[in-house]
Amino acid sequence: MRHLLSTKDLSRAEAVELLDIAEEMSAAQAREIKKLPVLRGRTVVNLFYEDSTRTRMSFEAAAKRLSADVINFSAKGSSVSKGESLQDTAQTLAAIGADAVVIRHPGSGAPHRLAASDWIDLPILNAGDGTHEHPTQALLDSFTLRRVLTGAPASGPLSAGSGTRGTDLAGARIAIVGDVLHSRVARSNVHLLVTLGARVTLIAPPTLLPWGVESWPVEIYYDFDQALAERDFDAVMMLRVQLERMHAAFFPNPREYSRMWGLTPSRYADLGEHTAIMHPGPMNRGFEICAVAADSPRAVVRDQVANGVSVRMAALYKLLTGRGPDPAAVVNPMEEPHA
Amino acid sequence: MSSTLIRGASVLGGAARDLLIVDGRLSEPTPEASKSADTVVEAAGLVALPGLVDMHTHLREPGKEDAETVLTGSQSAARGGYTAVHAMANTQPVADSAGVVEQVWRLGRSAGFTEVRPVGAVTLGQDGAQLAELGAMAASAAQVRMFSDDGKCVSDSQLMRRALEYVKSFDGIIAQHSQDPRLTEDAQMNEGVVSAELGLPGWPAVAEEAIIARDVLLAEHVGSRLHVCHLSTAGSVDIVRWAKARGVRVTAEVTPHHLMLTDELVRSYDPVYKVNPPLRTQRDVDAVRAGLADGTIDVIGTDHAPHPAEHKCSEWTAAAMGMVGMETALPIVVEAMADYDFGWEDVARVMSTRPAQITGLTAHGSLAVGQPANLVLVDPRAPHRIDPAGHATLGRNNPFKGVEVSTRIVDTFLYGTRVVADGQLAQPHPAAGDGAWIA
Repeated sequence: MRHLLSTKDLSRAEAVELLDIAEEMSAAQAREIKKLPVLRGRTVVNLFYEDSTRTRMSFEAAAKRLSADVINFSAKGSSVSKGESLQDTAQTLAAIGADAVVIRHPGSGAPHRLAASDWIDLPILNAGDGTHEHPTQALLDSFTLRRVLTGAPASGPLSAGSGTRGTDLAGARIAIVGDVLHSRVARSNVHLLVTLGARVTLIAPPTLLPWGVESWPVEIYYDFDQALAERDFDAVMMLRVQLERMHAAFFPNPREYSRMWGLTPSRYADLGEHTAIMHPGPMNRGFEICAVAADSPRAVVRDQVANGVSVRMAALYKLLTGRGPDPAAVVNPMEEPHA
Repeated sequence: MSSTLIRGASVLGGAARDLLIVDGRLSEPTPEASKSADTVVEAAGLVALPGLVDMHTHLREPGKEDAETVLTGSQSAARGGYTAVHAMANTQPVADSAGVVEQVWRLGRSAGFTEVRPVGAVTLGQDGAQLAELGAMAASAAQVRMFSDDGKCVSDSQLMRRALEYVKSFDGIIAQHSQDPRLTEDAQMNEGVVSAELGLPGWPAVAEEAIIARDVLLAEHVGSRLHVCHLSTAGSVDIVRWAKARGVRVTAEVTPHHLMLTDELVRSYDPVYKVNPPLRTQRDVDAVRAGLADGTIDVIGTDHAPHPAEHKCSEWTAAAMGMVGMETALPIVVEAMADYDFGWEDVARVMSTRPAQITGLTAHGSLAVGQPANLVLVDPRAPHRIDPAGHATLGRNNPFKGVEVSTRIVDTFLYGTRVVADGQLAQPHPAAGDGAWIA
């Protein structure tokens, strides 16, 4: 795996391997000293053309816990605002001595372009491009789902003998609800969930589904209540609706959207006992998700954030070392081996 | 008196015969006249076609000389076999006045590699609000007959109606860039299965078809001539076919790239495939080929759109739209139509004769004796790979890089002057004080 650009590029084996490495990372995170030495001396650049404090912090934490040096490059206050091209910026980063580039960009395909061009020869990690993909978000969602489906804690250390390793999501039924059209999270999740054997249901108003979505390997409901009545979901992923969509005729007004496609208290009550509630964050409370659902024990939103660090550590580790899950390689050197 | 004998060319793909050029015009190649020719061009194995006429090209001058100039664009045209090109109006300043169209026309005449016919803007500044001085441009030295806001659509129905009516006074034609602006806000590529997956805002076929449908009805209502630029969808072909059957005075154009390429290429996110209208699906490609073969589509227009490298060497969403194409149009059309009963006469029809008729260019489009000698010799058996680095255009944004084609442009004669010889630029046609091509 040279780059991580799209979950579509991942085979089942590659995806499971990344999740297994993330389990190793998660285990290491439970230790008193979280830092691993595996990327010592390596430099990871976070190249962010879009404001995203959460994702940037998650990648920064992941890189630092692998002992990599981190350079944050934000479009604001940099040469980007003076019109520097992506090519020049990328080549500048290479000249500075970056070993990998984590890129977040408002334009779909920008990470592909960096990876495919001959501008630089570095591993590229897509941290979200336009309305295309957000592969580490999908990986952390699948990581969380794998925990939930095997009855393990949704995040944190695993008890001895819990068997998430090597497993996929075969047979699980996952609903993705909301603005699929503009969601890179939805696209990455559809690819990855299907690759891992889950059955995916998209629930959205027709205006917020892409043209030609019928050709996707998913089932589609326009009616959230009908979907809840007819399907028993292992998880519902609520998508964030961006403010700028509110008044662009995708739906009449926020009130109607919330009533028809929001996870309201009554829909929350209709969910199965075991149904996990997921959200990529940040949540619009009271709009796509009610406070009762967001704060319920079934919500795994904060677990998703915690797992995000482990998954991003796994992706950086895989891209920069090429190695698979190896407990010995990620052992914490600060812990003295017991005699 | 000067004369050139072209010996043994397959005229329009037919039996080999001689062509004689005397003082810039085609002349009867009698044995006596042929014997005394100053120059002899051996054309055995070559096909002679009337010089190609492009109804749709962007020469970028004035204003964007880093992308192309009238001179480099003219040289590119000549190397592509074009003896006349129509230069679109979206320059800086916009060609919306007699002054700008005359400037472009004079630059073309002094370059002397192809006949440059300026296209006038329909609306002032191409802003879609107020008619430009169409009459003044028509009456200028440039004698503009075709008007277009190409790059932008004349989307206001009332303004489009008025423009269609107004140009009747000098037998003008409105060439429409059919694109509903509201349906294509921020659009980046064809709306379809690929755009849904790539997460790029889509450009639905209906945004083109709805405008064409409206325009053919307007043209019918006011009895005017409408030219549909670069149509790209199966539905557009159907609408034009329907309109022609009703007797609407509509003509239609397709580009070489829409005959050949599909939106699957956008998966690379390589901006060389970013173009307006966008590359469509294989179904659309099949439909425009069929439409070209059955005459629904009248002409090939290149929509040659050079851009400096920095406008293409970027991420997809930041890149400019457009492809160059004059130097590769003929070979690509030949490849695209290989599966159809589409011979050299058909190539000449869609790339020379019809575009010359539509734009009123009587000096082009024919190899009849007495006509100005605007013609091209092509080698139909010269397999090679397209290499944009060797092209005369300043634009390197050619999507056919590395594609194998069979046809090569060998010689281009512009009013009798051999402006391209064996594929290379030769002497330009000498400038005349009054702008005339033939004394």
